[in-house]
Formats: sequence, C-alpha cells, structure tokens
Amino acid sequence: MTGPGGAIAADVRAGRRTARDVLEDHLGRIEGREAEIHAFNRVLADEARSAAGEVDRAVAAGQDPGPLAGVPVALKDNLCTRGIPTTCSSRILDGWLPPYDATVVSQLRRAGAVIVGKTNLDEFAMGSSTENSAFGPTRNPHDLSRVPGGSSGGSAASVAAGFSALALGSDTGGSIRQPAALCGVVGVKPTYGLVSRYGLVAFASSLDQIGPFATTVADAALLLDAISGHDAMDSTSLPGEVPSAAAGLDQGVEGLSIGLISELMNADGMEPDVLARCRQAADALTAAGAKVDEVSVPAVAFGVTAYYLIAPAEASSNLARYDGVRYGLRVPGTDITAMYGATRSAGFGAEVKRRIMLGTYALSAGYYDAYYGKAQRVRTLIVRDFEAAYERFDVLLAPTTPSTAFEIGAKTGDPLAMYLSDVCTIPSNLAGHPAMTVPFGGGDDGLPIGVQVLAPALGETVMFRVAATLERAALGQAGPDRPGETAP
Amino acid sequence: MPGRISVADVAHVARLARLDLTEEELERYAEQLGAVLDHFADIAGLDLADVPPTAHPLPLTNVFRPDIPVPSLDRDEVLAQAPAVEDGRFRVPRILGEAP
Repeated sequence: MTGPGGAIAADVRAGRRTARDVLEDHLGRIEGREAEIHAFNRVLADEARSAAGEVDRAVAAGQDPGPLAGVPVALKDNLCTRGIPTTCSSRILDGWLPPYDATVVSQLRRAGAVIVGKTNLDEFAMGSSTENSAFGPTRNPHDLSRVPGGSSGGSAASVAAGFSALALGSDTGGSIRQPAALCGVVGVKPTYGLVSRYGLVAFASSLDQIGPFATTVADAALLLDAISGHDAMDSTSLPGEVPSAAAGLDQGVEGLSIGLISELMNADGMEPDVLARCRQAADALTAAGAKVDEVSVPAVAFGVTAYYLIAPAEASSNLARYDGVRYGLRVPGTDITAMYGATRSAGFGAEVKRRIMLGTYALSAGYYDAYYGKAQRVRTLIVRDFEAAYERFDVLLAPTTPSTAFEIGAKTGDPLAMYLSDVCTIPSNLAGHPAMTVPFGGGDDGLPIGVQVLAPALGETVMFRVAATLERAALGQAGPDRPGETAP
Repeated sequence: MPGRISVADVAHVARLARLDLTEEELERYAEQLGAVLDHFADIAGLDLADVPPTAHPLPLTNVFRPDIPVPSLDRDEVLAQAPAVEDGRFRVPRILGEAP
C-alpha cells in the first residue's frame, strides 16, 4: 500500500506538488496539535523551509532530488545534527551543538527528505514511555491520557499525528517497535549493522540500531532502503550485500513457514485482547497461503534479565563520557572529582542514574560473574534457540507489547514493571536480528495493537513480505483511525 | 545470586559511577535496585558452565581501515562546545590534591 511518504515523493519528483506546499501542510498540523502532544523537543521550521525550497529548485531545474523528495521526516533527538541542538532529552547536553551530522541524517538530506524537527525521547533512550524526558512527557495522539510508548515516543507520535510522513528512531530493547505499536504505526528495527550508527548517541553499543517509523509498510521500506548500507565511519557496520525491504512488498507469503513464539504469547502480563489480535494475524497469514505453527524458543523467557544486565552495563560505560569536560553541562567543583559528581548528579535524571548504577553494580568486583558474565551466556542461549527455530521457520510472529498504551504515570514509580513491558521486543536486540511491528486492529479500549514479525539476520526481505501481507489483512479489521487523518 | 543490595552498596556504586546522591536517593535506589535484582534470580539456576558468552551479535572482529590521514573535526569548532578552554585545550578544575 503506497503510503503518504511514497505519494509525496512521487508527486514532488513529477512536479505535481511542491515540497514547500507539502511542508506547510505538515507544519499546520504541528501548529494544531503539538501543544497537547509534545512530540518535538524542537521544530525546525526555518531549516525545513529552506530544505524544501532546495528540493523545489532542483525539480524546477530538471534534477531528481531523490527517493524521499520533499518528504517531511522527524528525527529522534539522539541523532546528531550539525549546528542544531541534540539533547537526548537530557540536561547534561545543555547547549551542545554537534559538530557533524549523523550518517543517516546525511543520507536523508541526499535523498531529498525535509527534516521537520527533533523528537522527544526517554532520556538517553532509557525508558518505555517517554516520561523520562527532562523536557516533559509526550502524549499518545490516540488518547492524551496515555503514554506513546518509548523511548522513541516523540517519533512515533509525530508519525501517528501526521506531523511528519516518516520518522527515525533508535531501538535498543524495543524503543522503535513498542512506541510504534502503542501509537498504531509501523516500526522497524533492522538487522544489527545494517544501518550506520555514526552520529547516534550511544546507549548500549552491542544492541543499539536506528530504524524507521511510517504509517504503511511500503513507506517503512522506502525509508529503510534509503538508510541501509555499509559506512566506514561505523566499525560495527556490515560489509556486503544489503537486503532490499521494498523487494518483499508484493511477494505475498505463499509457501512460507511462520512460527508463533509460545513463550511470548504466554508472557507475564499478556492481555487477552492483544493475544487475540496476534492469533487473528496468524490466521490471516494462513489464509494467505503460509503454514503457521507454534514454536518454543525457550531462552527468550530470560530476555528481560539478560537485557537489563547487559544494556545498563554498556550504558554505564558509554555514559562515563558526560563528565563536564568537553561539552554540555558543567557544575563547578573545588576539584575535578567534585566537579564530575556535581555535574553528573545535576545533569542526569532518575532513570539514567538508576541504570548507570545497575550497570556499574553488575560489572563491579565480586558481582561480574554472577550478573554480567551470566547474562552474556544467557545471550548465547537466546541466539542458539533462535537459530534452532529458524531451521524450521522462515519468520517468527509474536505480540509487540503485552498491552495497549498505559496511562501516563501508571508505571513511573515501579521500574521493574516498566522493564517487564519490553519482554516481547528485547530478544531480537540480544540476537542482533531484524523485527518490525505492524498495526493490527485495536484493543477492548479502542487503542492500537501491533503484531511483531521477527526474522533472522539480514532477513529484511522476507520480513517485509509478511508485514505487507499482515497490513493488507489488517485493513479488514476494526481498528482505531490514525489521528493524523482526522486532525484539522 | 549475591545477597540483597544494601544502602552501603548503593553508596559505593554511586561513588564508582561519580554520582553524588542524597540519603533519600540512596534509600530509594536500594529498594528499587533490590526489586530488579530479585527478578534477575530467574537465571540463577541455569547451568551455563559450558555456554560461551556473547558480547556482540556480529561475527566481525578487528575492523581496520587504511592508515591514511583524512580531515577530522575542526579543533576550534570542537573547543567552542567545551565549558572552559585555555590555549587550545580543555580547562578543568584542580586534579591533584594539596602537596603534603
């Protein structure tokens, strides 16, 4: 299904519509609802008008501005933009202006995209609700009393509200897929190493990956294909052939073997309406010609524990760089140790401090073997169990989240409850595999539900085959409207 | 699994992580981290002696590039981001204690 991003690019390239006109539409929607949703840390109206003008001049001069010509895109505010504040929704980066663009930002500009703003996130991408932002929470466009999910909640809300046709986020344990599911949009975590992370502010380096948000599967493929590929600036970037997401869109699922992951269907806290939608999705794939069976991937049951040891351990190391010396906030102290402590205590919010301490503890003398070392071995079990499942199945299926969007404030006092909401998304990050969520109807409360498609490393093409088929099937399901379609 | 994390443990970890915490924060974090660490007991019983650790999901090791100088970030632009600079360098508070 051609999405708004693909339609805009086609119109702008053909000269049927100007990028400037498209942009003003989106800025108008931002003007209308941003005050209540708070998707953005910063709207870049002037910069966007100037970029749209360049796209229009290129078209007028007979040049092709690229596959994303004139498409408004929002960027999670942990992606570096040269000379434009990049805050990670943290006080500790107060006043910082990155001296370079992230590789994905350069790729977007070269493809003709128009960057409309930097979106809100849980501080340093640590959270599942976008409530851990130094600049206040983002609200779910479907219901302003609910969270949009997180950590890329601003990007998900931006696409759901029609503020931007597309958005980029980052996914360390589900931070693209979970908010996409809760906001009723498509979200993709690509294979680890498929998209360059140069200029993505690091959280947990063995898990972080950049990926797209879109309203349709075709639009997500368009954006993913524009940012995939090797980058010498990122030593974890994969060399070699790049899978095409778009190639999977029209292939259908005839003859594919699809496994429903038992452990995630039966995860603690799984709501019956979410489970029912996932089973309906499986039935729809069967009807479309796939063979669907339940499969056990036993070690994913330990995913939350492995993740919440490994990710904080890596974060405690990555965030050591915020020391008040080279950039951002400095709180004065009588000597350097006092300055470090004062700066970091004032600059980091409660969740970031909690994770730094959890990680420092897991790595500290006497606890390393029991916690971090053990978690790394559990990670091996998860990789092995996925490998065994992929010997029998082409892709796997699971819910994206255990529930629909929860109330703002419902889990802020109970970090463990918040962590457990990531149960379905974490395993793909630990394995380095791609996974994506597709909206599939609504829950008993009328809020969106997402179904997750998981694939082996570099299996993006087959993953998009299944996602596109699910999207076609979901059109027959009762589901919430996209708020962007009904906004003034 | 080790015993429950104490307020003293949290204070030690906070010092290692260069975080100044109030008494109230220390107590709250001890309780919250305790609850999270209790959940981690689910992997305590797994026999993992013969399972190697995974540090990274890719089979890539030792990624090199040709040893050719290329332009890097402009020094003045980078230093302009620092809280304090002097003579082309980052300026920091006193590092060493008073002489005995």
